[in-house]
Amino acid sequence: MSVNPLDVPDPTGPYQPRSGRRGTGFLDGPLQLGPTPSATVGPYLAIGLTWEDGPYVVAPDTPGAIWIRGTVSDGNGDVVPDAMIETWQADPDGRFDHPDDPRGAVARPGFRGYGRSYTADGGRYGICTLKPGRVPDGDGGLQSPHVDVSVFARGLLDRVVTRIYFADEAEANAEDAVLRSLPDDAARQTLLATPGADGYTLDIRLQGERETVFFAV
Amino acid sequence: MTGTTSESGLHLPRYLREDPALSTPVGFAGYRSTGLRAPLRTPVDLPHRLTEITGPVLGEDRVRPGDADLTLRNGGEAVGQRILVYGRVLDSFGRPVPDALVEVWQANASGRYRHVVDTFPAPLDPHFDGLGRVVTDSLGRYEFMTIKPGAYPWGNHHNAWRPAHIHFSLFGRAFPQRLVTQMYFPYDPMFGQDPIFNAIPAAARHRAISRYDLERTQDNWALAFEWNIVLRGTDQTPFETEDDGDVA
Ligand SMILES: [Fe+3]
Repeated sequence: MSVNPLDVPDPTGPYQPRSGRRGTGFLDGPLQLGPTPSATVGPYLAIGLTWEDGPYVVAPDTPGAIWIRGTVSDGNGDVVPDAMIETWQADPDGRFDHPDDPRGAVARPGFRGYGRSYTADGGRYGICTLKPGRVPDGDGGLQSPHVDVSVFARGLLDRVVTRIYFADEAEANAEDAVLRSLPDDAARQTLLATPGADGYTLDIRLQGERETVFFAV
Repeated sequence: MTGTTSESGLHLPRYLREDPALSTPVGFAGYRSTGLRAPLRTPVDLPHRLTEITGPVLGEDRVRPGDADLTLRNGGEAVGQRILVYGRVLDSFGRPVPDALVEVWQANASGRYRHVVDTFPAPLDPHFDGLGRVVTDSLGRYEFMTIKPGAYPWGNHHNAWRPAHIHFSLFGRAFPQRLVTQMYFPYDPMFGQDPIFNAIPAAARHRAISRYDLERTQDNWALAFEWNIVLRGTDQTPFETEDDGDVA
């Protein structure tokens, strides 16, 4: 049996104003606006999003500077040469230069915390940075050193978010609440950057076997 | 309460998520490039901790003089319909997002991008590069003078054309507010066949469309389009009052 949309029931109770302030011109609660929907960056992102210093979270001659490099690949295993990686992380002391950090904002001269790299170089990205320190997890523990990552590309209608951890931080990684929340070791492995001569390597696989763990943020 | 610590740990804001039924999915069948690129596994929930409630503070040092006026490049004027594109960057509780970097890029009036990959045989304009940058003011306002971009063909399906659009990139205040999106123009006849536009759930599509604004149209000079951009808000305001109640 179908419902007639014009068959509106009569109200059964008396009229009840929704708040004592009705009619005063004030809103009862915070204004609710619908967030703007995301869209793909498309193939021409380099026009708007190119920064000469993008990959340099720190200048390469900074003491302790490392490169984090890797490829981005698709469900066929082919590299993705038109993606962009963005990174955000704490400094080596685990601090952020940001007013919402309840511990206080701490600026580290020459350290931006943020990096941006294209994969135009054969599907490879590269970020020159300092290894982050450990950061409180908000529940009395410490998180393992990590970098938050956004991946943007043609063919992704929204960014996808992942994290870079460091394979040589086994002890800290074993205590990390986010890593522990993952279903198995194979999933954890997709987030571990492996140390090499001048930094770390972590490949990002958007799809397929050993698909990188992505996060809903 | 914001900005306090206790024995149990840190009290942090939480950025509210939009209903998935109103959010653009990462992959969409009609948009072929998503087929091998959009992840297939369900994403893992990431609690909002210090790395997530912070983000890069990018300001005026990213903006050069002239970046807000895309119609003047290389010592000359771009060809096309001049338009003022303006609006506010707000969070989902209507609070302005001040000092936020807004980056835009777009095709020229004939629908061609100044990019090596774009081989559409439409003319390039020596006086248009399609790049703009501004920082929002204390009320979250932004404003660009530009050229109305043309529609352009792409290889997704036979005779596929993108509706006219301007690409926008915003950082907001914190990592969950990061947004890359596209602004459309009202009543575009290409909407119906465009999978990138139609990937947005129907009930949210109007949020991606700007509004023609006669009031701001400049006599004898430029049309005006208003587009407000809404980023995710937190469940805590920076200015909580005492009657917000709960004791942290
Ligand atoms: Fe485009």
